[in-house]
Amino acid sequence: MTTVAHAQPHAHGDAQHAPMSFWRKYIFSTDHKIIGIQFLFVSLFFLLIGGLLAMQIRWQLGFPGKPLPGGGILPESMVQNGVILPEYYIQLVTMHGTFMVFFAIMPLLVGVYANFLIPLKIGTHDMAFPRINMWSFWLALLAGMIMLSGFFVPDGAPRAGWTMYAPLSARPDLSGATISQKLWSISIVVLGLSSVMGSVNYITTIINHRAPGMTWFRMPLSVWSLFITAILAVLALPVLQGAAILLLFDQTLGTHFFDPGAGGQALLWQHLFWFFGHPEVYILILPAMGMASDIIANGSRKPIFGYHSMVFAIIGIAFLGWIVWGHHMFMSGMNPTLGSTFMVSTLLIAVPSAVKVFNWMGTMWRGNLRFHVPMLNAIGFVSMFTIGGLSGIFMAATPVDIPLHDTQFIVAHLHYVLFGGSLFALFAAIPYWYPKMFGRMMSERIGKLHFFLTFIFYNMTFFPMHIIGMGGQMRRIYDPTIYDFLKPQQPLNVFISYSAFALFAVQFLFAFNFLWSLKFGKKAPMNPWEDNGLEWSLPNPAPHGNWAPNTPNVYRGPYEFSAPEAGDKDYLPQYVKLPTDRDPVPAPLPATH
Amino acid sequence: MRWWLPDAGSTFAGPIDGLFTAILIITGIALVLVEVGLVTFAIRYRGRPGRKAFYTHGSTRAEVIWTAIPAVTMVALGLISNHYWVLIKDKKSVPPNAYRLGVHAKQFEWQVTYPGADGKLGTSDDFTVRNQLHVIVNQPTAVELTSEDAIHSFFVPEWRLKQDAVPGMHITAWFQATKTGEFELGCAELCGMGHYRMRARVFVQTPDEYKAWVAQQAAGGTE
Repeated sequence: MTTVAHAQPHAHGDAQHAPMSFWRKYIFSTDHKIIGIQFLFVSLFFLLIGGLLAMQIRWQLGFPGKPLPGGGILPESMVQNGVILPEYYIQLVTMHGTFMVFFAIMPLLVGVYANFLIPLKIGTHDMAFPRINMWSFWLALLAGMIMLSGFFVPDGAPRAGWTMYAPLSARPDLSGATISQKLWSISIVVLGLSSVMGSVNYITTIINHRAPGMTWFRMPLSVWSLFITAILAVLALPVLQGAAILLLFDQTLGTHFFDPGAGGQALLWQHLFWFFGHPEVYILILPAMGMASDIIANGSRKPIFGYHSMVFAIIGIAFLGWIVWGHHMFMSGMNPTLGSTFMVSTLLIAVPSAVKVFNWMGTMWRGNLRFHVPMLNAIGFVSMFTIGGLSGIFMAATPVDIPLHDTQFIVAHLHYVLFGGSLFALFAAIPYWYPKMFGRMMSERIGKLHFFLTFIFYNMTFFPMHIIGMGGQMRRIYDPTIYDFLKPQQPLNVFISYSAFALFAVQFLFAFNFLWSLKFGKKAPMNPWEDNGLEWSLPNPAPHGNWAPNTPNVYRGPYEFSAPEAGDKDYLPQYVKLPTDRDPVPAPLPATH
Repeated sequence: MRWWLPDAGSTFAGPIDGLFTAILIITGIALVLVEVGLVTFAIRYRGRPGRKAFYTHGSTRAEVIWTAIPAVTMVALGLISNHYWVLIKDKKSVPPNAYRLGVHAKQFEWQVTYPGADGKLGTSDDFTVRNQLHVIVNQPTAVELTSEDAIHSFFVPEWRLKQDAVPGMHITAWFQATKTGEFELGCAELCGMGHYRMRARVFVQTPDEYKAWVAQQAAGGTE
């Protein structure tokens, strides 16, 4: 592969990046790093909301019929004598899923780290379209606010589950919610716009704005995964938007796309939703895998094991991710023969996932491990993602899916992937790049305590869900104790609830660490983790415009830890020129516009 | 406390539970391999001063091995699974002698239509009972699933049977109960605020018991 990197033109106007007013700098910012930080604060806020909703769900499942502590502040339409009502319960499950998927995990991974990392890691000044980037953030915030407002309209939040299965979602007479069901559709359309704007930016920036010497196969896996994720998002989100617009038509204009009573098709929604929804699952895990790869190589002080196969595994997962959506519909009445093909593609996606896990282990093998907080969380990510991946095989095998489908087993599975996977990777990524964002380190001590407690309570919360799911506990039921076959396992539900409360409580350690370190954290050196990425050649926090008006030269791959030519150091940054290195030839400048 | 799948109550339980156990063993081995590996590496290769990591970019042989083994395992698992999947769910697998019942799901109840004395659905002696499903033990039974409103899902854990009831669709699900007694039918798909209480009682009866119950219903009695 020859060098195809482009030098940065950027000769016009803003190359100097003069000081700006507070509003321009922090609120209506076009700086990719500030936008990343804006996403970070907003999505951590939504993560908290999602967590609060989860606590109420766990209260109800553990202690059905008992008044919710503090439930007195909720209106009569949600609780009666402090006890959660069934109609509020389904709002809780709907909004917990919606907020966590669309407004917490997805923006945390993509909004924050695609924005923050891509220009820094490929060595450019900013995104290709900084203003579109700003719009992407503001639209995401707007979408979140529209979604949140559902709780404050007369008949309460949406009630059809985060998957919004029609016709329940399309017909207010079935769901009991009128306004907020429409708000859900509108919010998703807006969010889709935001996501497409962001993704177009990420793709263009990576293709066109890599620093001289930054060839495709010198890109860190974090950038590779964010690149592939952006392609998935730009193709998947419009499908969801289209579906949400049809749903909105059904809800407002009296069309019947999803209402079979008038000639529509109920399964059409599921096909459209999951055609988006399964790539979405990989949007929620690929960036986590990429960032964990960077951090594991750093913590192991070794090059990533099998870099190329890691890249091809990302591409393989992304490709297969398009042809597995039907595995959400094995029980839907879809033709069983179609189920067979979706089973095969679903089982095959285990292969690139396994390859990634083995390569992470290969990276740690014979390393010289440093257990900083990001490394601990990254190892936690690998071990928990493995459980989530393996539990997926049960549901992929269609006959076994029959008893497990739509039970707590799937709840356990998806939380092992999204919490054990994505969120642990974020607990690794946040402290790792925190110094480049804010110029200070997060506390290692609190971080380690947070990791161990989270790891323990997390497993105590989600592992037993496999067992109550095997026992048959259906998803989204308000009160399991009314079923004779579920009564014997109620003690386990109580145990899960206590564990979940503890899990939630220890997250305040993280919140405290995050906020406290903004002001009181140890001042960070330029390259605190002794890493190889280009971003570590910048001062802390990285200035607006990054290297402007210059660009760094790239001399090698991103994982040259413990390379013999590094001498007595055990790392060799991409930007360091050794006497034997030749400068990369910059590609011809594009015409100025 | 129950730590396993519910007690088997239909002919599907054998193959499904067997497959479940097989997957549990395969994934269990993989899980132990990975977790023990991670812990071992974390201890064995912990950073110590003066040590340097082994500089390598990987091994093609290792990549081939750990791509091929999962691939072969997954394809094999797919083939075995598909065999049973077809037996359970394929439209052509419904036994021709299956006793047919109509199950109409509606927010938030199950309306079960029985064929009456003539054993045929769609005749004048059919009768419908709410939230009570009576079936004959060891008799292949096919339920004709329909829905009035939202999507519901017919779920009897002991039978290892789950099938969505979709408005606008007519879906047949069959099974053969092997154990007499009382069970529960739940709804496994969120169908509105009463989803959790969409519950029917299931009675698996001997042919004589069932006949007696049908006669009683025909006489206008309520159970």
